[in-house]
Amino acid sequence: MAITAIAIARIHDLFAVVMLTGIFSLLGAAAYVVMDAVDVAFTEAAVGAGASTVLMLGTLALTTSEERPASAKNVIGAFIVVVITGGVLIYGTLDMPMYGDPMAPIHHHVANHYLGESSTEVGLPNVVTSVLASYRGYDTLGETFVIFTAAAGVLAILGRSRLPRRHHNDEDGEAGTASSPETSKDPST
Amino acid sequence: MKQKIILRVISKFLIPYILLFALYVQWHGDFGPGGGFQAGVIFAAGFILYAMIFGVAAVREVLPAATTRVLLVIGVLLYTGVGVAGILLGGNFLDYNVLADTRTGGQHVGIVLVEFGVGITVAASVITIFCTFAGRRPEEYKEDYGEN
Repeated sequence: MAITAIAIARIHDLFAVVMLTGIFSLLGAAAYVVMDAVDVAFTEAAVGAGASTVLMLGTLALTTSEERPASAKNVIGAFIVVVITGGVLIYGTLDMPMYGDPMAPIHHHVANHYLGESSTEVGLPNVVTSVLASYRGYDTLGETFVIFTAAAGVLAILGRSRLPRRHHNDEDGEAGTASSPETSKDPST
Repeated sequence: MKQKIILRVISKFLIPYILLFALYVQWHGDFGPGGGFQAGVIFAAGFILYAMIFGVAAVREVLPAATTRVLLVIGVLLYTGVGVAGILLGGNFLDYNVLADTRTGGQHVGIVLVEFGVGITVAASVITIFCTFAGRRPEEYKEDYGEN
């Protein structure tokens, strides 16, 4: 995964970069499988490696597949900021419990209740589903609204192209961005 | 890509199984890994594959823009509706225990409906976002935002 990340940062051909981000997501999904988080791996493989790669390819088809040369001003300043941020993040992880530590606080808050009582309270064999849909129903509802909002936002920004477009031989053709459906449907204009 | 016969035949062969697998993930999420979110994305992937091979217009014939927009709302409303049904039946918002006679039965009904709502919204969202992106022609983009 680290090699893929470095390659993504170094390569200027955006088509290769998009493919590499897909590979990165697939490696992430494999890592989740190793950690026994099959549900998360499933999502990562479907969304990260599948849907978002396709969306980025669609964007490339609309724009260009060459990265613009970045202006190399203040490289040292940027490097210092990155090193400090990384150092602070690593310092923060020092206080975290070891991976798989059974005494970690996260395993003693509500997890025991979920694991022990889920079969009698919810009655589903898959505890992940019962936590997601029942115990944490509000969170999942919020996530669903987030996805809904994303689609609504894309439609609000890009969905305009399905409306009847104003003809360009209009005298005010340059103001085409402000065309509303009422004016373009009106036969008198 | 419509003229590539291998792509056309293989994708036509695969798409029914992708959709079937999505439905399996949707309804089997209670017992194995998966659930509404994953099922929605896989279901949408089937349509995206079709759109990539046969064009967005072909998908829009099966699934018009108005249909995906309505489905987008139906999914969210189904989820919220299950929550409101809990209130109407005397429980709290999103309290599934009151939906059926037994407690686990109610939980089961609630979870299946809620996951179905999530699946509908996610599938409709991904299809909508893809079709809006891919349905735009590059000339149109340059017309709106100028030559980059």
